Amino acid sequence: MLTYPAELKYVKSHEYVSVEGDIATIGITSFAADQLGDVTFVELPKVGKTFKNEEKFGVIESVKSVSDLYMPCGGEVTAVNDKLSAEPELVNSDCYGDGWMIKVKLSNKAELDEAMSADAYKEFVVE
Amino acid sequence: MVATALQETPLAAVHRSLGARMVDFAGWNMPVQYKSIIQEHTAVRERVGIFDVSHMGEFLVSGEDAHAFVQHMIANDLNRLTQPNMALYTQFVNEKGGTVDDLIVYRRSDDFLLVVNASNIEKDWNWIQSYAKQFKSLKLKNISDETALLALQGPKAVQLLSDLVGRDLSTSGSFSYGEGEVDGVKINFGRTGYTGEDGFEIFCATSHAEKLWKALLKGGEQYGIEPCGLGARDTLRLEAGLPLYGHELDDETSPLEAGLGWSVKLDKGEFVGSAALKKLKEKGLPKQCVCLRSEGKAQPRQSYEVYSNGQKVGDITSGALGIHVGYPLAFAFVKPELAKEGTALEVKIRETFVPAQVVRRPWYKRAK
Repeated sequence: MLTYPAELKYVKSHEYVSVEGDIATIGITSFAADQLGDVTFVELPKVGKTFKNEEKFGVIESVKSVSDLYMPCGGEVTAVNDKLSAEPELVNSDCYGDGWMIKVKLSNKAELDEAMSADAYKEFVVE
Repeated sequence: MVATALQETPLAAVHRSLGARMVDFAGWNMPVQYKSIIQEHTAVRERVGIFDVSHMGEFLVSGEDAHAFVQHMIANDLNRLTQPNMALYTQFVNEKGGTVDDLIVYRRSDDFLLVVNASNIEKDWNWIQSYAKQFKSLKLKNISDETALLALQGPKAVQLLSDLVGRDLSTSGSFSYGEGEVDGVKINFGRTGYTGEDGFEIFCATSHAEKLWKALLKGGEQYGIEPCGLGARDTLRLEAGLPLYGHELDDETSPLEAGLGWSVKLDKGEFVGSAALKKLKEKGLPKQCVCLRSEGKAQPRQSYEVYSNGQKVGDITSGALGIHVGYPLAFAFVKPELAKEGTALEVKIRETFVPAQVVRRPWYKRAK
């Protein structure tokens, strides 16, 4: 099922951000997961690494394809979802829940002003 | 911009109604997956799956010279088909020893049926016609457009087709050919496939394809049948160590280099390409197709580079996560001295050199 929770922010490279205080949780949208098909491998950075907005932070592989993952905002990685190394399929089954990828400490919250709302993202992927 | 219309099989609408994701494959609009490649792959390994492979080509060869002609065109020995209703796997080889196509030849009561790759139909047709002139009593017919082909594959396939044709097919041998009727549709079938599992490839008239597809799906419900797309077909054939034309085989690559020497019968007498193959064998093969097992979870993929002690030694031609065996695997071409089982190599996956080992072909072999 393709869903786009209203409380999240979205970017054109199909990552979502969930913000709590100055911590952002990042993953890929259900649209992206569906397009990829069965996810088989997710390569994620180490805690402590800092990325700029739109910088590549990882790689996601499915049976048929391999894609880069891009930061929807800048920040320092504070947590990585280790579960994905043994269960990459969580990205398909629960992308907004157990299939999250990294948490970062936001370096500039204002960057998220440019991200899309759920409605805007939905319109973006329908096009 | 001029868009070229994709060809469609008679089942395209059925695939769309089942929610298939359609892709362009060799000019054909084909289902790549229905729900999930992993689920479809697993269904075929454990139960039964059905594939629409109607895009493949079918040629009929008849006439008094049919046997001599087919024998002249293929690298395997047609005399192995000692009676009608038997089939064999083989290749057309060009004058340089490269592979024009790989195919299955069925010996039927009055003619030979050649089943070729969709991407090569036109090339193959021109190829066989260019040699046909040397034979007097010969008729070639391209029946690709009026023929649908469904593959029924998996441990439950024999039981399922037996139910539907109303007779026990379990005693029919591997690579046998037969006929029957399913729900009023006249079918022919070979006990062949491209998945590493037991099963059949079933021919019927294009106009009856939908009826046959539906009857097989319905009859297969009790066995947990899944419709399967080209995605699973590719991961299944790869895990079973079966080459794919355009990847492990092409006009520049001989069947010997691709590891298909078992099907090349140089002692059967002359055939098209035999002189080049003999020469190649005497001189020694410049490259050889090997089976790699790589470490970790990242997938080796087509055109990734293969290294040995920091030197580039070859390229991946097909790679995947072995869904059933559970580790990444790939076909690669390397020099023969690096083709020995146990040779340690590396696959460059993005910026990382991932350790890989040459292993015995195939990665997956079903229990008999």
